[in-house]
Amino acid sequence: MRCAESMRVQAYFDGEVDAVTGADVERHVEHCAECCALLRDLEQVRSVMRRDSAYVRTPPALRARVMRALDVESAANAESPPSVARCWRIPRPRSFWAGAVSGAGGTALAASLLFFLWAPRTTSLVDELVNAHVRSLMPAHLIDVASTDKHTVKPWFAGHADVSPVVADFEPSGFRLIGGRADYVNHQRSAVVVYQHGSHVINVFSWAGNTPSLPSDVTRNGFHFICWKTGDLDYCAVSDTARSELLGLVLLLQDLGARDRRE
Amino acid sequence: MDERRARFEAQVLPHLDAAYRFAQWLSPAPGDADDVVQEAVLRAFRGFDALRGSDVKAWLLAIVRNCHSTALTQRQRRGFVPLPEDNGAQTAYAMTANTPGPEDVCIRGDEQRTLDRLIAALPEEHRTVLMLREIEEMDYRQIAQITNVPIGTVMSRLARSRAALKARWLQEVEGEPRAVR
Repeated sequence: MRCAESMRVQAYFDGEVDAVTGADVERHVEHCAECCALLRDLEQVRSVMRRDSAYVRTPPALRARVMRALDVESAANAESPPSVARCWRIPRPRSFWAGAVSGAGGTALAASLLFFLWAPRTTSLVDELVNAHVRSLMPAHLIDVASTDKHTVKPWFAGHADVSPVVADFEPSGFRLIGGRADYVNHQRSAVVVYQHGSHVINVFSWAGNTPSLPSDVTRNGFHFICWKTGDLDYCAVSDTARSELLGLVLLLQDLGARDRRE
Repeated sequence: MDERRARFEAQVLPHLDAAYRFAQWLSPAPGDADDVVQEAVLRAFRGFDALRGSDVKAWLLAIVRNCHSTALTQRQRRGFVPLPEDNGAQTAYAMTANTPGPEDVCIRGDEQRTLDRLIAALPEEHRTVLMLREIEEMDYRQIAQITNVPIGTVMSRLARSRAALKARWLQEVEGEPRAVR
């Protein structure tokens, strides 16, 4: 017989409950041996899965195949309407445009489209970071110095970036240091410390802290951003990992930064 | 390259690895995942104008799942049943594993294969929610969207798959005497 609270305990473990419910669950777990064991099991399954699951990337051959298929599709698109979708129902673009343009909203739509196409683009810091993060995920762009040792990564920055950020391996907490990279962000050379969390890559960008207002927590194109200042450096962590997980790494780095400053 | 294609590449292709991982877990037979991923990216490209909101990853994974279901139905209709060894996780996961050199690669390799095999043995709908939660770190709402079931079902499938995996892992790995790690 399972404890009636087991589903709430699981939701708590997955970060799906609010603070009040969370406190409720914590009180329950203190008295319920079964749920206490459940929490341990959940943690064990997660750590085994995140530790032992293969770190899978798309094979280059498949990536190339997909790009070729997109080329063919783009070319065909330019000539004729796309074929009917077999497995994903979508409005066919041509009929959509025909309907929209013939409607009363057609003019407004066309105007906004023109604006969208020709309006000058302001490249914000977030856009820059998205681009840098995506670029880093291309084969052979992620790491300039590959090491799990902070005593290798940190000195490397001295010669290759303008700043010296906090670096440490947090493998016991699930954030493995895999290396560093120099990048160009916010009009200056910046240091990027690269962590691996399960199958996700986390880039921690840092640059001399002169940004008047850092972007607050945002999600863009499926990537989460968390920015903060420590001492005279600005940091921004970027990843497609869950936001709560990313926050875990940020807190570790902030602690470390605070300790470094006191010493 | 036209504007639409450029936007598509910038927003959707960064999630290609996630799509590929997900397709691998859905259809472990060699080659199947490749076809599913290619089909899904093309569908995504055609339906790109209909994309609303910023959750590109959940959207793409939902398309991958749809394409997988379609491919599965087609294979079944053609009467194609994969040979038992085609289901083996070993061959399916012999992919580009970019494991940055830990010393214990050897032991880990063994445990990884065991884990892959145990996960592959779970019923598909259980395996799917488990992978989406633990590996892709999606929340319940996203998983419900991708797998097209209510959140309550996501929760019960998660609970069952975790309990099953834990029990089998205990049997296989922790149960037997092992060399000191």
